[in-house]
Amino acid sequence: MVMGMSTTFNVLDHVMVPDHQIMSEEEVAVLLSTYTITQDQLPKMYHDDPAVKSIGANMGDVVKITRKSQTAGKAESYRLVVKRPKK
Amino acid sequence: MTSPKRVGKIEFGLLSPKEIRKMSIRKIIWADTYDDDGFPYPQGLMDLGLGVIDPGLRCKTCDQKASDCPGHFGHIELAKPVIHVGYTRLIRKLLRVTCRSCSRMLLSPSDIDKILGPDDLRSENISEKDIKKERVCPHCGEQQLKINFEKPTTFSEIMTDVNGRKIDHKLTPADIRARLEKIPDDDLLLLGINPKVARPEWTILTVLPVPPVTMRPSIILENGQRSEDDLTHKLVDIIRINQRFKENQDAGAPQLIIEDLWELLQYHLTTYLDNEVAGCPPARHRSGRPLKTLSQRLKGKDGRFRGSLSGKRVNFSSRTVISPDPNLSIGEVGVPLAIANEMSVPVRVTPFNLEEIRFMVLTGPDRKLLSEPCGANYAIRPDNRRVRLSDQNTETVAEMIEPGWTVDRQLRNGDIVLFNRQPSLHRMSIMSHRIVLMEGKTFRLNPAICPPYNADFDGDEMNLHVPQTEEARAEAYILASVQENILSPRFGGPIIGGIHDHISGIFLLTHELRWFTKSEMISLLRFTHLTHLPPADRVDENGMQYWSNKQVFSMILPDGLNMFFRASSCVNCDTCLKEDCERDAYIRIIDGKLLSGTIDKKAIGAFDGTILQRIIRQYGLARGVQFIDDVTKLSIRAIMLDGFSFGIDDEDLTRTEYGQIEEVLESASQDVNRRIKIYQDGQLEPMPGRTLEETLEMQIMQVLGKARDRTGEIAGRHLGLSNSAVVMAVSGARGSMLNLTQMAGCLGQQSVRGERIVRGYDERTLPHFKKGDRGAEAHGFIKNSYKSGLNPTEFFFHAIGGREGLVDTAVRTSQSGYLQRRMINALQDLKVAYDGTVRTTGGRIIQFKYGEDNTDPSKSCFGEPVDVKGIVENILKEEV
Ligand SMILES: [Mg+2]
Ligand SMILES: [Zn+2]
Ligand SMILES: [Zn+2]
Ligand SMILES: [Zn+2]
Repeated sequence: MVMGMSTTFNVLDHVMVPDHQIMSEEEVAVLLSTYTITQDQLPKMYHDDPAVKSIGANMGDVVKITRKSQTAGKAESYRLVVKRPKK
Repeated sequence: MTSPKRVGKIEFGLLSPKEIRKMSIRKIIWADTYDDDGFPYPQGLMDLGLGVIDPGLRCKTCDQKASDCPGHFGHIELAKPVIHVGYTRLIRKLLRVTCRSCSRMLLSPSDIDKILGPDDLRSENISEKDIKKERVCPHCGEQQLKINFEKPTTFSEIMTDVNGRKIDHKLTPADIRARLEKIPDDDLLLLGINPKVARPEWTILTVLPVPPVTMRPSIILENGQRSEDDLTHKLVDIIRINQRFKENQDAGAPQLIIEDLWELLQYHLTTYLDNEVAGCPPARHRSGRPLKTLSQRLKGKDGRFRGSLSGKRVNFSSRTVISPDPNLSIGEVGVPLAIANEMSVPVRVTPFNLEEIRFMVLTGPDRKLLSEPCGANYAIRPDNRRVRLSDQNTETVAEMIEPGWTVDRQLRNGDIVLFNRQPSLHRMSIMSHRIVLMEGKTFRLNPAICPPYNADFDGDEMNLHVPQTEEARAEAYILASVQENILSPRFGGPIIGGIHDHISGIFLLTHELRWFTKSEMISLLRFTHLTHLPPADRVDENGMQYWSNKQVFSMILPDGLNMFFRASSCVNCDTCLKEDCERDAYIRIIDGKLLSGTIDKKAIGAFDGTILQRIIRQYGLARGVQFIDDVTKLSIRAIMLDGFSFGIDDEDLTRTEYGQIEEVLESASQDVNRRIKIYQDGQLEPMPGRTLEETLEMQIMQVLGKARDRTGEIAGRHLGLSNSAVVMAVSGARGSMLNLTQMAGCLGQQSVRGERIVRGYDERTLPHFKKGDRGAEAHGFIKNSYKSGLNPTEFFFHAIGGREGLVDTAVRTSQSGYLQRRMINALQDLKVAYDGTVRTTGGRIIQFKYGEDNTDPSKSCFGEPVDVKGIVENILKEEV
């Protein structure tokens, strides 16, 4: 939940926000072996991303994002939660 | 091959004075370079220990020859510390975040903890923004002062004197250095500086490295005089001033003189490092040319990075002006004989081609006629020695040739080459063509392939590259040939197709119904691939055969094509009359026969080309090429049938129309005045969210816009399809009805940033108008047309409006060019791996599926993966 000025709003309820799910350790292991990659070769997302906060993911978690796609029907992608570097 | 290594980290640091002295082999103290005998002064800027550039001499330091000696650094001891311009922002930051007395960071330990955040998300750095300005030091209680920085290298503190006045107290580089020296290592770590490799005081130079002569070689001019490198010139200045500074210092010169010299030394060092810093006049050569100093060597397009390191240059390339040749196929390029004779392809000699190649060698390097077979320029022996062929040695070399040799054969018809026009913004900017040898000195290309290259013939030049191996030729042909690139990956439609006269021509040919005799038919289809005429549509009582214009077009369509769509000339009537459309804009193609409708931009144009797109999807790329070749040749013949031109009198209207236009403009003018009156009387009702003035302006713009459109309609009623400009606008070949309105009707409102012109003099745009005049003419409405001519005030407003367009274009191209460069740098090494993922060279995944759907956009139908409507229509043979 993100604290707004006077109301709270779960970003995941918005139509434009795709589905985010935290993956279990087993699922991550399968994912990494399918693509033969190490964890740091995954795309990243920041720990303070509103969607990350909303599903309660922590740094080091892998989040599965499922988007609706006009051409593919459903498009899945996976992101590793990392700390936002301070500018 | 060694296994790839991963770069763990890259560390950037500063050279400390200690390191500079350590790497120096000589202290440089003399500003002069050579003595009267031309011998370098020891401890001068050209000291023999700094490296050798003259061949034959040996280096005094490493005893190697000029080709092996890497050069060696020297150093200059500066009389007083001087700021390095490259680090002024860092210095400013450090001065602002540290105490002026104890030099510690202006934060208490608890503040630091708060800023860094909780342990698990602890960040490593503190930024300048985290520290509030003008406060008391938490460590020693000293009141902090504001630090002022003036470009390029002046720092000062703002002090308040006893009278409460603010005074600027200048900080000398020595003062600053003293402060920076005292900053504790722990504080630096928090500020993102590793004190082990970069102590901040090292940004204030006390000793200057003198680069080896190998990176600033002197050149000897034709008259035997030596000309020194720009860097050497600058170093001479530095040493000279430094020397004078030292002498004055030792003699105890007054403070004022010392300060002047100090500033002069700072200037020379600043320009030595960067001769383009803001607020600092660039140092110039005697000739007035600004010197190219250190940062100019690295920066910019011709700098070390973009120019020397990532810059690439190639052999086997040529460049010349382009000109059009509609008789070429789109996959061909015309090459002048002079170029084809100079460029070559290596051919290995085998038992099978021995005789053929022997003949080429015999022919030699001078091909004088297009009809002659190609010769050869070089023969390469099995030991890789090259033999240049000339008239004298062709016979002897031809005798010697045997398998194992290679011969550089000249270009001949049908060779595959890569053809390119800059800027190369997308992959269609380089395509492979087959060459056709031609007279003249220009490259020739079919105007239908101008769109992907964005070429025109107002003096454009293009490049041509000749692939040298079988693999390169195969790759060029299979991946980069013109036919592979008809469909753009940008939108899944054809990017190659008819332009300009191709569209006007095919429009004139196919519009409504016309009949052609046999000789006209043959003239029209003369250059298409067809060999036989179909049976005539109509035979008159005398036995004369007639073919319809729709049949002519049908002949170049593949059999079995079924399509239904609306042309560019369709005006989207509320209820479409379909084949009875009075504009003949409803296209019906059944079984490869055009039954109704006019072919125009929508059907065959580049970027639209609905028919072309369907032919490629249904019959393949080769048939697509054939169709483009046919349709362009047919339309050019068609436009020549009647001729097509435009003159000044094509903009003429009759007295009736001029009267009507006058009326419309007059009533619009009155309407505007009426609204102004309402506004002045305070009767105007403001629109929601707008002020009264804004409401009035919008109303006026609307009234005048409508008036302009009305004049266009009046003009359009008179100018029918007999007018070339109307044909071009309606068919989509070039221009629009707006252009026509402006030529024949009225130019309309000139605007700056979407608003009427308001700037100029006090309360008026020009002194020709009354102050406070809000009328149409006073704010840039042009009643005249291009034909009738503009009056002086109108002309001036038109220039104002026109300039905005020019500025916008200039700004847009530079911005989009930079964006493009950044995009290419970010994306250049990404590739689609065999498992469909998009990855970087390091194996990092960018997309799990290419485009998230694994679809090649150039194989899509204008973005849709499947063209459902087209498939159904093709089977049902009726519109759905
Ligand atoms: Mg041009
Ligand atoms: Zn040496
Ligand atoms: Zn202090
Ligand atoms: Zn219609």
